[in-house]
Amino acid sequence: MERPSQRTAPDTPGSVADKISAIVLTGRTPWQWMAGFGIAFLLTMLLLASIAWLLVRGVGIWGINQPIGWGFAITNFVWWVGIGHAGTLISAVLLLLKQDWRTSINRFAEAMTLFAVACAGIFPLIHLGRPQYFYWLAPIPNTMGVWPQFRSPLMWDFFAVSTYATVSFMFWFIGLIPDMATLRDRARSRPAQILYGILSMGWRGSARHWKRYQTAYLLMAGLATPLVLSVHTIVSFDFTIAIVPGWHSTIFPPYFVAGAIFSGFAMVLTLSIPLRAVYGLQAYITDRHLENMAKIMLGTGLIVAYGYLMEGFMAWYGGNRYDQSIQITRMTGPYWPAYWALIFCNIVVPQILWTKKARTTTWILFVVSIVVNVGMWLERFIIVVTSLHRDFLPSSWGMYYPTFWDLATFFGTIGLFLTLFLLFIRVLPMISISEMSELVTEHSSEKPHAAPSEGTP
Amino acid sequence: MPSHESAMTLEIRRRLLKSSGREYWRCLDELAQTPEFQKSLESEFPQGLLPPAHFQDGATRRHFLKIMAASFVFAGLSGCGAQSAKQIVPYRKQPEDVIPGKPLFYATAVTLNGVASGVLVESNMGRPTKVEGNPDHPSSLGATDAFSQAAILSLYDPQRAQTVLNQDRISTWSDFTAALAPVLSEQERKQGAGLRVLTGAVTSPAFASQMLALAKKFPKFKWCQFEPLGRENSRAGAALAFGEDVNCICDFTKADVVVSFDVDFLSGVGSVRYSRDFTQKRTVRTGTSQMNRLYVLESTPSLTGAAADHRLPASPNDIEMMVARLAVGAGIELYKKPEDSLSAAQEAWLRVLSEELNTHRGSSLILAGESQSPVVHAAVHALNAHFGNAGKTIRYTAPLEATVEGQMQSINELAYEMSSGQVEALIVIDANPAYSAFANLHFADAMEKVPFSARMGLYADETSARCHWHIPQTHEFEAWSDARGHDGSVTIMQPLIEPLYNGKSPHELLNWVERGELHGSYEILRGVWHDRFTGDFEKGWRRAVHDGVVADSALPEKKVVIAIKPLATRSVRSKPADYLVFKPDPTIWDGRFANNGWLQELPKPLTKLTWENAILISPALARKQGIVDGDIVGVQGNLRSWVEGVAMIAPGQEDNCIALTLGYGRSLPNCIADGLGSNAFVLRMGPPFEWYAPNVTVQKSGTHHPLATTQHHHSMEGRDPVRMGTLKDFIANPHFAADHADNESSMYPPHKYEGHAWGMTIDLNACTGCSACVLACQSENNIPIVGKDEILRGREMHWLRIDRYYKGALENPETVFEPLACVHCEQAPCEPVCPVGATTHSGEGLNQMVYNRCVGTRYCSNNCPYKVRRFNFFQYSDIETPALQLMHNPDVTVRDRGVMEKCTYCVQRINSAKIEAEKENRPVRDGEIRTACQSACPASAIVFGDINDPQSAAAQLRTQPHAFGLLSELGTRPRTTYLARLRNPHPELEQLDAKGAPA
Repeated sequence: MERPSQRTAPDTPGSVADKISAIVLTGRTPWQWMAGFGIAFLLTMLLLASIAWLLVRGVGIWGINQPIGWGFAITNFVWWVGIGHAGTLISAVLLLLKQDWRTSINRFAEAMTLFAVACAGIFPLIHLGRPQYFYWLAPIPNTMGVWPQFRSPLMWDFFAVSTYATVSFMFWFIGLIPDMATLRDRARSRPAQILYGILSMGWRGSARHWKRYQTAYLLMAGLATPLVLSVHTIVSFDFTIAIVPGWHSTIFPPYFVAGAIFSGFAMVLTLSIPLRAVYGLQAYITDRHLENMAKIMLGTGLIVAYGYLMEGFMAWYGGNRYDQSIQITRMTGPYWPAYWALIFCNIVVPQILWTKKARTTTWILFVVSIVVNVGMWLERFIIVVTSLHRDFLPSSWGMYYPTFWDLATFFGTIGLFLTLFLLFIRVLPMISISEMSELVTEHSSEKPHAAPSEGTP
Repeated sequence: MPSHESAMTLEIRRRLLKSSGREYWRCLDELAQTPEFQKSLESEFPQGLLPPAHFQDGATRRHFLKIMAASFVFAGLSGCGAQSAKQIVPYRKQPEDVIPGKPLFYATAVTLNGVASGVLVESNMGRPTKVEGNPDHPSSLGATDAFSQAAILSLYDPQRAQTVLNQDRISTWSDFTAALAPVLSEQERKQGAGLRVLTGAVTSPAFASQMLALAKKFPKFKWCQFEPLGRENSRAGAALAFGEDVNCICDFTKADVVVSFDVDFLSGVGSVRYSRDFTQKRTVRTGTSQMNRLYVLESTPSLTGAAADHRLPASPNDIEMMVARLAVGAGIELYKKPEDSLSAAQEAWLRVLSEELNTHRGSSLILAGESQSPVVHAAVHALNAHFGNAGKTIRYTAPLEATVEGQMQSINELAYEMSSGQVEALIVIDANPAYSAFANLHFADAMEKVPFSARMGLYADETSARCHWHIPQTHEFEAWSDARGHDGSVTIMQPLIEPLYNGKSPHELLNWVERGELHGSYEILRGVWHDRFTGDFEKGWRRAVHDGVVADSALPEKKVVIAIKPLATRSVRSKPADYLVFKPDPTIWDGRFANNGWLQELPKPLTKLTWENAILISPALARKQGIVDGDIVGVQGNLRSWVEGVAMIAPGQEDNCIALTLGYGRSLPNCIADGLGSNAFVLRMGPPFEWYAPNVTVQKSGTHHPLATTQHHHSMEGRDPVRMGTLKDFIANPHFAADHADNESSMYPPHKYEGHAWGMTIDLNACTGCSACVLACQSENNIPIVGKDEILRGREMHWLRIDRYYKGALENPETVFEPLACVHCEQAPCEPVCPVGATTHSGEGLNQMVYNRCVGTRYCSNNCPYKVRRFNFFQYSDIETPALQLMHNPDVTVRDRGVMEKCTYCVQRINSAKIEAEKENRPVRDGEIRTACQSACPASAIVFGDINDPQSAAAQLRTQPHAFGLLSELGTRPRTTYLARLRNPHPELEQLDAKGAPA
């Protein structure tokens, strides 16, 4: 099969399938992929080594102590879960809102969600003092009649994140089924045919298949939509339910959700900008896509800024001396650089997105997205660490300094995330072939809702 | 070790012949892993004594090779086990009183500087596990200090000396006696002219009578008692005042005004009893209108200074001047020229003091600290007589220390005789002069000139290294002995366990020296006491051993007359530039407790420092020299002496004095204490017995060292964790400390506690900060130590901590202590957040921690506003060392890595009392349950009980007007409540303080 060349002529369903499946099946692996994968893989090994050492020695290898019982682990957890929000939002919410432009980015955004949640899921597990007993958080019927503590937000968290991971996976996988069939049919090596054959679950592209597929996909979208709101709401409960000044705040749920979408879109931008450049996908992931994402980032970023403002205002207005003290400590205490860096990254820098030029200039968007990612990580750090380091009794105030293993674990998960993502773009279609073809068909021929071709060569 | 080395050479040569280089190393490695090797290592070197001795050079490679050399030899000797085979069978006849699971308590004593404090030691199936005070002993009254609590750990310490050593080589008792016998017979010919015995302070009547017997055999032998923190100055002062040495016994219960000239009577020898008596006069309850008043002049902050109503930072020179002026006012001429100008504050103090002492004749008490010169002591004796206190608030008896007429000598005489070659045989028992003798005596070098020297001690330490022989000494819980308490009452100390590490008791050694035969300490003691009981010996002996105190053995009061010799020729010492003040270390004393991990990790009450000492400097000096906490500074003293240490700013430190505690900088190879902190002894010159190094200079080195403190913030930050006021405030409004806004509003009806509701009240007015409770808790609850690195990371494990806050100006702040453990909130924030329900609430209001269920999320700790939960970040509990396993309280779980833990209100004690009550079909009596912290507290500041019973002491204290709950505004409803701290300031000085005029 000849490689589809870069063209400006309107796409047909066949050409879409050609181009996207070729990346997986026939395309040469670009050197950028190889380099990226090499680095990511090394970082993943670092993660494995860190976790192994953690299991051997205990959580004491991290910088946590009294009073800071949660350090990088929970910071990273919340950060990754937040990143995992964009995928579902793009796939489900925008689907239900009939935002067609989501089509070219939803597949890899969903994949990103899955991988981010996988990274996030590692942390609550390994941060336990006795990780071998993590399953005690699950309500497993047992002869001793011992149940988890249903009042604990960590318990809700356990359900929220696992539900989110499951639904996200199902949603992503269902969406993949027609494309798997396409790959199966186009694959030329026997193992690939068998593998994609199994994954396509007997898809033949019949009208009945399509009807059921679309119903299921819509249903999943409906299921996933409330999760976008619930997951980070519940993650924020980990903090708000506590009485720790700086955590105990009713503004957390909305501002966590907004923050999650903010960071999620930042991550989608961080990934899609190099992706479309390397694979030449500017025709599918257009500047309009980037601009729309930038707008969402700007919007959610403003909500986040409002959150920070309200935290400060409520501390003053509420008259609680502990709340006031923690706000002042954040700004002027030992962690002041982190706080002001957070304000710079999350409030100041995104304001550039008010200009159309910034929204349509790829490199600016890329820089802003990286800055926002850093800022959102700092936000989690500020919430987790600074609130704990100076709470009620001055006698027990302390400091938290990350150790080598804290950093290794954090960068290790970035490695894992990138490894999984790079593997994904190498073995699965990163843009939905079926939906893209549908879109192309609708736009080119105005035919009523035809099933896309299966694209047999 | 020639034989070892040649064996090693042979072994290595043999292996080298057999294999190439690379393989050779692998061989060594494999050899070290073989079970035979491990077994032989184990049998040859009992736990903790891997290296044969210690090495002066400290070169690690060399050290390693030496150990390996010995080890390889043993690899070939795996057939020769050291232990005889003994069979373990159950009791054929159950011993009386031994019921598995029920502890027994034996009365004995723990000594400090030779002075006993009576204790009851808990024994679980023959294993001593916990020290409690002996209520019948006058120096204890049922309480203990931190040192007594820590005695258990020293008993089991696997790093104690375990074998007889001859010049660093492992030897035996019989080899030692074989070497000693000819020396003694030689000395017998010379009437003991070359024989010297050096001990610490000895109050033991049995030891004294043994020495008397020794003097008969060796009429010319000499005995030196040396205590680096001894009472030489009070002895000299008493001689100056009365013409003879006396022992002073204070009665704080009769003293309304107490003036302390740099004496810290709330810590150290006798402090347990004194804390009780002193705080008793400060107890404030509904309707109280009286409190005693304490004035303290001191150079370095101390517990007594923290307890003071008025504290004046004063250099040793100032103190002497103040005493002199006070004496002049009372018509006592001390000096030819006592004149020197005093500051305004000092003048005001002088005025107030003389007025107070005049109005409280017979009910005041003036005390001079050990660090003061003999003249000051003499003056204070005269002042007490002048103000009618002698015989009322202070009583005199014969000295506690045992002496043998005509045989005593001082440490400098001994050092002189040793260096001039007059000493032929030196026996050192317990004392450690090579480390702690005055630096200018060069005692360690002088010891090298003695042809035969033997040392008996718990550790193979600095002095052992300079002696030919080292004999492991028994711990006080391992052998029979006796000792006097602070008032002279004698305790017959009974052993709790067979010597763990082949130790011999000092009595046994002395007995051998005298008679050349080995008797057990039991026979020796019984022999000495045989004709000392009136009536039937056996009955009297049993009674005395059982009670822990020999009836009516307190020393009788002695009538003394002031006869101050003319001092007209003496003049006040010239005003010096800067002093370095030597202080006893609050946790390791003079270094004798240096290898006790509990004491090392016990935060020093005022600095909250662990595992090291620091050079304490005043805030003003720090500002002047640009020194911050943790800077390494050098201190230059007289005779080119020099010590380097970490600087720490101490609020309340006198500006011209820096302070350093003694006892650190030990060289104890292979021990945890080795090399910690800085050795202040190298600056200490004497005699006369100096507690100051004058004219020191401080130099910043530019390097920095983090201080392992457990508290980093010392101000209350405008919050009120400790509520405090004055007696006047209390009288005006008894509810002055009441909670501002008790948050009682809830959507749910309050929970009803039927039956018991356990609660605790801590009287902050009584707490002196002595920290005995912290160690009692550690010992009772199997709390591990974590080491300096973990302290630096903020991971200490003490369930009970003592918060220390400063209030007021940095130059002379008010210091307050607040013991804080889990307060067992009725609405505990920790409980609902645990995802697995590992921390729950009991029907009696205990906040319980279920270790088995804990998965270690640490959420409970994050949500605890008091931050009293402790997490096992690593495997802190030593569950491998066999000796330390014996030490554990069998009623308390030993926690593993990854679980949270915290105060349980000693639930094991609650349950055992409940079971007893149920067996006897009666309710639990008030006071029947005493938590470990409560029973240790010398000041009786902690009261525990059932708050559902309105008659219980705990319930009564909760309803006191000045009771408050810590952070109760959060709605946690803590079960532990506090009584506010009160001061009783003098109106005039209060105004002065308010004006903020520093001294």
